[in-house]
Formats: sequence, structure tokens, C-alpha cells
Amino acid sequence: MISGLRTRLVLAFLLVAAVGCGTTAALTYREARNALLEQAQDTAVSSFRDQVEGFHLNLPPNTEQMQGMARSLARQGKPRNWWVYVEYGSVRLSSGTNPTSTVITPELRRRARGTPHGSFQRVVKNGEPYLTMAMPVVFKTAQTGTGGQTRRPAGLTFYAVMRLTDEQVNVDAMVVAARDGALPALAVALVPALLAARSVLRPVRDLRQAARSLGRGRLDTRIPVKGGGELSELARTFNESTAALERSVDELQRAEARARRFASDVSHELRTPLAGMLAVTELLDEDAAGLDPDTAAAVRLISSETDKLAVLVEDLMEISRFDARAAELNTDEVDAAETIRRTLQSRHWTDPERIVLDLPDGIRARLDPRRFDVVVANLVGNALRHGRPPVTVALRTETRPPGPAEAAEGPADGTPDAPGGGVTHWLVTEVADRGPGIPADVLPHVFDRFYKADQARTRSEGSGLGLAITLENVRLHGGTVRAANGPDGGAVFVVEIPLTTSEVTA
Amino acid sequence: MPRVLLIEDDPAVREGVELGLRRRGHDVRTAATGEAGLAALAEFRPDLLLLDLMLPGMNGVQVCRRVRDTSQLPIIMLTARGDDFDVVIGLEAGADDYIVKPARTEVIEARIRAVLRRIEEPGGGRPAVEFHGELAVDRAGLTVAKSGERVALAPSELKLLLHLSAAPEQVFSRQQLLEHVWEHSYHGDARLVDACVRRLRNKIEDVPGSPRYIQTLRGFGYRFGPL
Repeated sequence: MISGLRTRLVLAFLLVAAVGCGTTAALTYREARNALLEQAQDTAVSSFRDQVEGFHLNLPPNTEQMQGMARSLARQGKPRNWWVYVEYGSVRLSSGTNPTSTVITPELRRRARGTPHGSFQRVVKNGEPYLTMAMPVVFKTAQTGTGGQTRRPAGLTFYAVMRLTDEQVNVDAMVVAARDGALPALAVALVPALLAARSVLRPVRDLRQAARSLGRGRLDTRIPVKGGGELSELARTFNESTAALERSVDELQRAEARARRFASDVSHELRTPLAGMLAVTELLDEDAAGLDPDTAAAVRLISSETDKLAVLVEDLMEISRFDARAAELNTDEVDAAETIRRTLQSRHWTDPERIVLDLPDGIRARLDPRRFDVVVANLVGNALRHGRPPVTVALRTETRPPGPAEAAEGPADGTPDAPGGGVTHWLVTEVADRGPGIPADVLPHVFDRFYKADQARTRSEGSGLGLAITLENVRLHGGTVRAANGPDGGAVFVVEIPLTTSEVTA
Repeated sequence: MPRVLLIEDDPAVREGVELGLRRRGHDVRTAATGEAGLAALAEFRPDLLLLDLMLPGMNGVQVCRRVRDTSQLPIIMLTARGDDFDVVIGLEAGADDYIVKPARTEVIEARIRAVLRRIEEPGGGRPAVEFHGELAVDRAGLTVAKSGERVALAPSELKLLLHLSAAPEQVFSRQQLLEHVWEHSYHGDARLVDACVRRLRNKIEDVPGSPRYIQTLRGFGYRFGPL
């Protein structure tokens, strides 16, 4: 598009130059041509008139006399030879062989009768330009009392036909000269055109670079504004718009930071009273038996809701830390299968009817055990709650050429360094159930915070942050997690974490 | 029943934890500041210190260091995940374990018991005192001497050393150590082990930077020896 703009600018410039050259050339040509032709015809007409007027003849003229006059006139052609024709009534004579010429138009004959001073006409015949002149012979009678003369046509008219070929050649030469002058002029005009285009386009190029830098997120991009004119107006507008954009983005970011800080502060503030409450819930549970039934129910309600509130607040804190990018990864080298088995054992998910394991031993991975435990526990808990048993937990490694993993939720910052030679190794954990699967409209939102797949869903199924925290935990490991429906129904969650194991050194 | 001193600035937490532990039969004394806690220490003579990290004035880490200057009293820190204080700083200062608030009383009590529990004696005709290089480990008297001089070890350090030296040259992963020495779940925080190992090395190794007794196997864990 920029090249198009440059081309258009240059073309416009050249067009202006061409019109200028052309107009100048055309005007010059016209003036010069007219001057040339007029000079030729003036000379011819005036000399013809003088010669015709110089004759003395007796009327009516006889043919020999007329023939002689025509011949003598033909010899005295100026500035060039001409053919002379004589017409008297129906008599046609000429200096040449033909008694009359086809070049003499009826119009000239008509005009010849009306103008005693003679008339002329330029005629082009067969591509040849001719000057034709008509000169009637008049009687001059001195008028008494006025000192003037009256002219009466004698009915005898002399015609002269002269070629204008030389003038035409001169005119053609002028056209060629104009053309030959105009083309180099246009070629020379190309240089300032390109320079002008360049100087016009420099601000455009600056603008393009600035826009690109803006697109890369450098909101403090500004263009130096030089002088006046439309392009610096454009630059000024760009700068103002960018400044406005920067302000609104800043404002948004500040608002977002405030919102995050607020969520974090709220959960912090909630945590302290909860710590006190949580410490005494057991005491309430123990003593509830000794209270009257209503009070006991109320006390038990407070106790169980306190537990849930504690989980919720803890999850909120966790999410706040992810949002504030304050979440830390405390990794340890562990046996992946062992870690998953321990997670399930500690939650008492050990019934082989409900949980099917496919956990090959010997896969060592560098993980944050606490976070990985949360990931596995959330996914399995989810499968047990929303799906149908048996829930399958499978572990495997995959080796893939480096490149971004094909996942809906990509890692936050690229793929990890491949251990030795451009291949990445991934630890793949899959949790599948035999339930109805995830509805298509819910699928994109499963990792959203507090997303309720079913509006009527009761609150008693965890904090509503479980999968969001799972996603964040996996991302923190540089991995991906995605949800899908298995080929034979049931939801499948796939966690992929880059496998980086350190060298064994004794 | 153990005597517990709780240093916690928030009255609700202080009162709640005190109520819960007292109900479980502990003898609990509380203090609202680090200074008051240190004063109560000498007079109350607790078996264990529950210490909040975030205290007004003198913070938990400073209290912890002050206590460690003079005694090997078991110390459990109360922390909140994501607090400004990194739990590692508290562990470096000599705490034996930590509990993330908010916690149920049963969790708190389980930790207290774990820290106070004596390491299980592996049966079999072991000599009362084992010698490993310059180290003399008395498993019965629960003392450790280096080149004849008694080394003062905090409960977690002593238990870790006893556990590792009971099976010389066997590699234990951090997660295993968390389970056996601290009785944490398998998914505990490995930094707890690392901090304890660093403290132990500073006390028993000739050159802590290149350890002889507590050796690291990168990626696998720790082992005692080979000497």
C-alpha cells in the first residue's frame, strides 16, 4: 500500500509536469504555426493582390490575354510558385494544363464575389496543405466630391493555388522539437517527483513504524512533530490518540490492580477471623450433642459452614496470588506415579471400583508437590462429583518436537528449554470419567472462576475456584491443561507439564 | 500434657487456638507480642512455642532467633501462605515446623505432637552410642557430640540426623523425610527439609559448603555419608 502511495504520488507529479509541458508545447506550437502560416499567406496574398491590380486589361478580355496574364502571374509566385487560374463567366483558364483546380472550393468562389479585396482559404487535400487565393478584378472609379474610390467587380476572378508543404515541414519539425523537449523534461521531472514522494512519505513511514511499535504494546510511542501541514497534523492526531489510549489503558490497569488488591485484601482480612473460628469448630461439634436440638443444629451449621468458608477464602487467596503473579513454584524431584497415588490415598480415593489407575513407575519429574497434588485432587474430585465412576487416572510421557503445545490454554511464557537436542519431553496426566461428558456450551468455560454449568447447582460442591486454580497451577509449571469429551462419552482432562529432570550427580 | 506458649497478636486467633488446645488438654499460656512472649518464656517454661510470624514490633523471626540463642525449645511457626514473610526465613531462624493459618485445632495438635514425638528407635542390638567420623550419636540419650563436644540441636535437626544416620548411605527423598521426620503429608514443602539440612550442616560439618556427613544427591535427596 505504501508503494502504491509512492507510485501514485510520482504519477501525480509526472502528470502535472506532463500537463505543464504539454500545455506549454501546445501553446507554443500553435503560436509558432500560426505565425509561420500567416507570414506565408500574408506574403502570398499581398503579392498576388499587387500583381493582379497591376494588370491593365480591356474588358471583355479575350482568352489569349487571360492566358498570358495567368502565365505571367504564375511566374511571379511569392514566397513560392503557385498555379494561377482565371475565371470569367463560364470561361476557365489556367497557368497549367488543367483549366481549373479541385482545391478551389465553392466557398472561396462565393467569398471571391463578395470581397473585392480578395480572399483566401487554407485547404488540405490528400494530406497536402494548400493555400488558395481569389482575387476579383475591379474597376476603380474616382468618386466626385468624396476623394474616395468605389470598386466594382468586373466579373473576372484570378485564383492562385500554392502548396504549403514547406510550412508544414517546419510545423512538423516544431512538433517533433516540442515532443523531444517534453520527454527529457518529464524524465528530469521524475527526480524531483521521487524526492518529493520520499519527503512526503517520510512522515508516513514514521507513522507506520510508530503504529507498529504501538501494536507491540509500547503505548508511550510518540512521533516527533515537525512544522505544519497535514502530515504533522496527522502526527499530532496520532500522538494525541496514543496518549489518550495510554491514559485509558493505564486507568484500566490501575482499576484491575485495585480490584485484584481488593480481592487479595478481602481474603487476607477474612482469614484472620476464620483462623480463630476454625480453631473452635471442633469444640462446637463436640458440645453440640449436649445442647437443645435447635441450638445444636445451629451450632453444627456454623461449624460446617466455617469449614467451607475457610476453603473458599484459601482458594481466593490462592487465585489472588496468581493474579498478582506472586505464586511461587517450590519444586522437588519426585516420582510422578508415587505422587499421584499419595494424593488419592490422602483423600481416601482408593476404591478400585471407582478409581482405575494406569500409573507406570519410574517417571521422575520436577514438580511442586503441593501444587501438583492440588491439580490431581481437583481433577479427580471433579470427575467423581460430576462424572460417573470408574474414573481413570493415567500417566505417560510424550516426546514432541519443540513448539507450542496444541492446547486451548497455552503456557504463559512459551515452552520450556528442551533437555538436550531440540525435543521437549512432556509429562501427560489424564483424568477421565464415564459420565455424560461436558456440554458443548460449557466446555469453553470449565476453567472459569465461579462458573456454574448448571444455574441451579448447589454451592456445596467446593469453592467454584477448583478448576481455575488447577489451570493456574499447571501454567505455573509451564504446562497446559485442556478439557474435552472422550470418544465413548465422559469428560477427559489432559494435563501436560514439561518434564525436566536434573542430572544425577553422586 | 504439653505446656504450650502461644505468641499471637490477633485476639480472635489467640483465643480460638487457646480454647481449642485447652479443650484437648494442653496447658496453654498466651502472649500478644514477641516481647511479652519472651518474658513469659522464662516464667512459664513451656514444652513448645507456637509463634505467629507476623507480629507488631518484634516479629516472629526475631523472636525465633532470640529463643534459639539460648535454647533448643521446639518452635512451630504460624504463617499464612502468601504473607510478606517467607516461611523459609523463619525456618532458617531455627523453627522446627510451620502451620499454615487458618488451621483446625486437630491439625495444630497433630503438628505439636509430631514435633514433640521422639524418633522411633530401630530395634536390634545397636550400641548406645554410634560413632560416625568425629560425630558421636547417642540414640538413647538423644545427644550428639562432635570431637567430644556436645552439639546443641533443635528437635527437628536431631530427628533428621538420627533418621539419616540410622541407615548410612541410603538416599532419602525430601518427601520421604517430610513424612518420616515431620509427619507431614507426602506433598509437603521440601523447603522445610532443605532449611533444616542447612542448619544441621552449619552445626556438624567442618565445611558446611562441602558437606561430609549430610550429602546431597541432586534430584534424589539426602543421605548420611559415606564418610
